[in-house]
Amino acid sequence: MKQLIQGLLLTLCLLGSASAAIDAYEFKNEAERERYRTLVEELRCPKCQNQNIADSNAPIAMDLRREIYRMLEEGQSNEQIVDYLVARYGDFVLYKPPVNAKTLVLWYGPIVLLVIGFAVLAFILIRRRRASDKPASNTLSEAERERLATLLDRKDP
Amino acid sequence: MKRLLMLLPLAIFLLVAVFLYRGLFLDPTELPSALIGKPLPSFSLPSVEDPQRVVTAEDIKGKPALVNVWATWCVACKVEHPVLNKLAEQGVVIHGVNYKDDNAAAQKWLKDFHDPYQLNIRDEQGSLGLDLGVYGAPETFFVDKQGIIRHKYVGVIDERVWREQLAALYQQLVDE
Repeated sequence: MKQLIQGLLLTLCLLGSASAAIDAYEFKNEAERERYRTLVEELRCPKCQNQNIADSNAPIAMDLRREIYRMLEEGQSNEQIVDYLVARYGDFVLYKPPVNAKTLVLWYGPIVLLVIGFAVLAFILIRRRRASDKPASNTLSEAERERLATLLDRKDP
Repeated sequence: MKRLLMLLPLAIFLLVAVFLYRGLFLDPTELPSALIGKPLPSFSLPSVEDPQRVVTAEDIKGKPALVNVWATWCVACKVEHPVLNKLAEQGVVIHGVNYKDDNAAAQKWLKDFHDPYQLNIRDEQGSLGLDLGVYGAPETFFVDKQGIIRHKYVGVIDERVWREQLAALYQQLVDE
């Protein structure tokens, strides 16, 4: 049993390490390496659509990683590199799409839905509170009580 | 008010149904090209047939043309090739971009399966492919006579696709 668990744990560890593609790039310093890492993790592979270009092993992702590395070496800024890729592949390559007319619903839709949700909740709560403030409807008026008394009297002579 | 509220679930259902129905016919692997309406990126590359001959974006201007990105490693390109041959025979101007390929293999391919291309650009490093935003061969760009990219088709052009979608687009470019 113990061996089985150990085996399972080992498999899990190996699975985790196999997900990232490895390129041997030399960086000038740690900051540069960090920039490279954030860029390849934030950009999406055009061919294998649910992977970023860091994780993908498609030839196109390798080309893009090489291109990003080249541009970093040339001293280009992150914006320049992202713009370069957007000019070729469109907004699609961004995992963080820009705010524009097309993506407005994407960016602000959830907030609007949340506000609507709270509004509905508030509406329901207020209505409930108001209903409980009113005199309970099962108390009888004076006339009703008299009528009830007469009815009961009639039943029980 | 009560009655309207009762209709709300129906309204939500219809909205979701419309979106889902539309989703059935969308191809998520098809990306809109960022280059539509932009000029062909400038390049200066040798041709497949002759390493001495340099082809530039200027050479493609003048006539509306199809710029077809192909490679011998691309299985779908083999399916597309006979259709391109037929179109070339009908007088459609087709240029090739031999994308990240072995040049000897490309030359053999053209000899074996006939050559529909007027110009054939040798893009061994894939630099032009990158500038064109190519993410998988075959891809075909429709370029007007000013050298502006007007349309992009990703995937195999077969006879049906040509007849139903692309022929009219090409004709429009010719008529301009």
